[in-house]
Amino acid sequence: MDNAMAVTVLQQHHRKRFNQRSQTIMYMTFGCSFLLAIAVIGTMVGDIAITTNFTQKNLLPSMAHPFGTDWLGRDMLFRTLKGMSISIYIGLFASVISAVIAAILGAAAATLGRKVDAVITWLVDLVMGIPHLLLLILISYALGRGTLGVIVAVAISHWPILTRVIRGEILQLKEANYVKVADKLGRSKVEIAVKHMIPHVFPQFLVGLVLLFPHAILHEAALTFLGFGLPPEQPGIGIILSESMKYLSLGMWWLALFPGLVLLMTVLLFDLVGGSMRKIIDPHSAHD
Amino acid sequence: MNIGQYSGIFQYIGKSIIKITSLLIAVSILSFILVSLSPVDPIRAYIGEVGMANITAEKLAKLEAYFGLNTPPVERYWNWFSDFVQGNMGSSLLYRQPVASVISVKFMNSMVLMITAWIFSGILGFTLGIIAGLYRGRWIDKLIKGYSLLIASTPTFWLALVLLMIFSVWLQLLPIGLSVPIGVNAAEVSIFDSIKHLILPALTLSVIGVAGITLHTREKMIDIMGEDYILFAKALGKSRISIVRHHALRNIMLPAITLQFASISEIFGGSVLVEQVFSYPGLGKAAVSAGLGGDAPLLLGIAVISAALVFTGNFTANILYGFIDPRIRRGSIHG
Amino acid sequence: MPCINNKHILQINNLSVAFTQYEQGLKQVELKVIRDLNVSVHTGEIVAVVGSSGSGKSLLAHAILGILPPNCNAVGNVIFEDELLTSARIQELRGKKIVLVPQSVTYLDPLEKVGKQVRKEKDEESICKKQEELFAFYKLQQNVGELYPFELSGGMARRVLLTTAMMESPRLIIADEPTPGLHLEAAKKAMRHFREFADKGNGVLLITHDIELALEVADRIAVFYAGTTVEEALVADFQSVDMLRHPYTKALWRALPQNGFQPLPGNQPYVKDMPKGCSFGPRCLRFTPECKGDIQEQTLRCGTVRCIHAE
Repeated sequence: MDNAMAVTVLQQHHRKRFNQRSQTIMYMTFGCSFLLAIAVIGTMVGDIAITTNFTQKNLLPSMAHPFGTDWLGRDMLFRTLKGMSISIYIGLFASVISAVIAAILGAAAATLGRKVDAVITWLVDLVMGIPHLLLLILISYALGRGTLGVIVAVAISHWPILTRVIRGEILQLKEANYVKVADKLGRSKVEIAVKHMIPHVFPQFLVGLVLLFPHAILHEAALTFLGFGLPPEQPGIGIILSESMKYLSLGMWWLALFPGLVLLMTVLLFDLVGGSMRKIIDPHSAHD
Repeated sequence: MNIGQYSGIFQYIGKSIIKITSLLIAVSILSFILVSLSPVDPIRAYIGEVGMANITAEKLAKLEAYFGLNTPPVERYWNWFSDFVQGNMGSSLLYRQPVASVISVKFMNSMVLMITAWIFSGILGFTLGIIAGLYRGRWIDKLIKGYSLLIASTPTFWLALVLLMIFSVWLQLLPIGLSVPIGVNAAEVSIFDSIKHLILPALTLSVIGVAGITLHTREKMIDIMGEDYILFAKALGKSRISIVRHHALRNIMLPAITLQFASISEIFGGSVLVEQVFSYPGLGKAAVSAGLGGDAPLLLGIAVISAALVFTGNFTANILYGFIDPRIRRGSIHG
Repeated sequence: MPCINNKHILQINNLSVAFTQYEQGLKQVELKVIRDLNVSVHTGEIVAVVGSSGSGKSLLAHAILGILPPNCNAVGNVIFEDELLTSARIQELRGKKIVLVPQSVTYLDPLEKVGKQVRKEKDEESICKKQEELFAFYKLQQNVGELYPFELSGGMARRVLLTTAMMESPRLIIADEPTPGLHLEAAKKAMRHFREFADKGNGVLLITHDIELALEVADRIAVFYAGTTVEEALVADFQSVDMLRHPYTKALWRALPQNGFQPLPGNQPYVKDMPKGCSFGPRCLRFTPECKGDIQEQTLRCGTVRCIHAE
């Protein structure tokens, strides 16, 4: 056997410069900083955002006012930041509530027996039967169309899909060999749950939670855009955009473009972070 | 035709119809509860603030009786339900017409918009998703994936506003809103006019719809390309085109159908926003007006009809599955 | 290969297959699942690559056929009928001269009729005729072609997979665990098709974990341990432990039920924790410090072995 003999290359795999995990860390760092910045700045500039100045009204974007000013002379950059931070807070709050509901229902469906499972699955089908935005309108309507109505509506309507995911995950785990073996070996149900199931379900839950944020934020913005919820004095992004509609035909394009772009970027960032996290926990792409 | 061969399918259809009916009833109950919980006063919505200031006590009492405000909720629901199944959905407070006729008019408008967007986003999304999944990791995949992610993160109503600004305000190519030109006699509205008014709303809905379908189709395609039978097909020496044509496409049909019919719910939600921006007189805009204006019967009617639409879509998808998947089709004989 | 007068159909030299995987944190490392593997198949023989389940043997089949997943690196020399194959050439030959017979019906498209899949979706008369002949030869009823994969019994599925492989008169069959879960007698019966194929002057590379089956049907055994072949021996050598060369093979022999059923303590090392030099070293009674160095393959009495203490 000649060791110096050259070997043919049958296949070559080119690794990415930044592997998946590094990418995720990058997204998470950048994403969290950006969102934190918006939230913090937004909270701090509250007063400037609502200060009217009639000498400065309807200005195009410039160095002094990067996003221009509106018909009351309010600076659009600060208004947008303030509005975005409100939307982010509401979105975060609503997502956490929805995720917790989903975790409880999903776990209950998978572990408390056939009847409970049937009821919860039927509930999921029921809530998913009404188009989401319409359901939000209904809930908001039921609660009197105010701010509370919007927050509650978004918080209690995002659980169905995550419930299905968690339920599916736990059901699969229950069938896994190592769980069955642990059970036969006499481990208590609690021990099995903590040691074997939670490490598998928790990443899915976390990813599901992160991916809920963009949906919740978009829906809250949509609801307020339509006219439900936050009063015009509180500049949520949806309201800023719906008000801009009145001035569109007058050609004041910056009133809609910039706030929307900021909303888009926020949602996109959350989507990217969530997507990266999902790739890491998915066994098919976990080692990319 | 041997009935026995298809008995499995008939059984399945029967069961599904029962399930859908029970779900629809539940939806109507849920919606009824939500609508009734509202602190919004239907009388105030009906006659307005000015009317409220001027009304006499006896007229108020009559109206209260008419709206059944003093009857217990279960009785009210039962009245509504028995009317509903006979085709009477109550009276719209805002439009002063039977809810059923308001809905049927706006339903047609919404249908045209939604079906256009549904077909367009379905075909384009399917194609792009397959290409991206097939060439995973290459630049075409990155392009499609990146574009779809961007669009999927875009607020529907903002995109509608941007398109409105560009095409209607700035370029003045397309109308600003509504579904027909203002001031034109209904009989004189041409098909060309209707289409012009449909373009922007349909375009917005389609663009947003494509993104979701592309991303999901791409995922399914990647799953399929990793299956054992694809590996064996390669081992048998089949070319990539042959593998896609004979194996991947057929196997992706089933999840694609589910995806397509599931997108009905999303498209309806999008239409609510799009109709608002373009003042397009469809179900979505009516729902918003009903919600803001306190028109409970109309809102309730729209909720139930839209849920019926979603359920019908899912049902259709399941039926198609039964015909396409031989395991379901033949499973009933071989057990 | 000494002592065998037939020509080589297949010769594999220094085949290595590696995956990238994450260590702790952000670093990715290359894991060699197959390392410097050598194996050969002559005309008329069945060579069984025997190793424990999940040790990467299927990758050997995929590497030869050029159908490894995209995140692998693979190097090595694959020589088929005296021709050194390039990836392009492998693409031309697979499915025709070199074929794969997989384990189970999951390797068939669930939504396509079996007959069409056997014919590779071609409908020319000559191909249809060939399919009918092969079905008859393997005792499959003609209407089996109209069934879907989920309607096939285990035995029918095996014969269908075999038919698919035989459609273009191959020279080399690579059989990847073709009889999963079958007990010995049934498996032997299923394997007789492969015996007939080999006896006509072709070659079969059988990949399996079932050593008893291998001893019954194969001509030579290649023992697979920790990613490489530690010994290639004639089946006849397994009649007595003294005729075997590598300590691992001897341990395998002793573990057989008819030879005392003695297990060897320890496990195959994980790819990540591969010991330096001989991978069997930590479990070997004859281990010496030189075993940590580079171990070359030697020829010994009509077989090959990777061990400096081979006898």
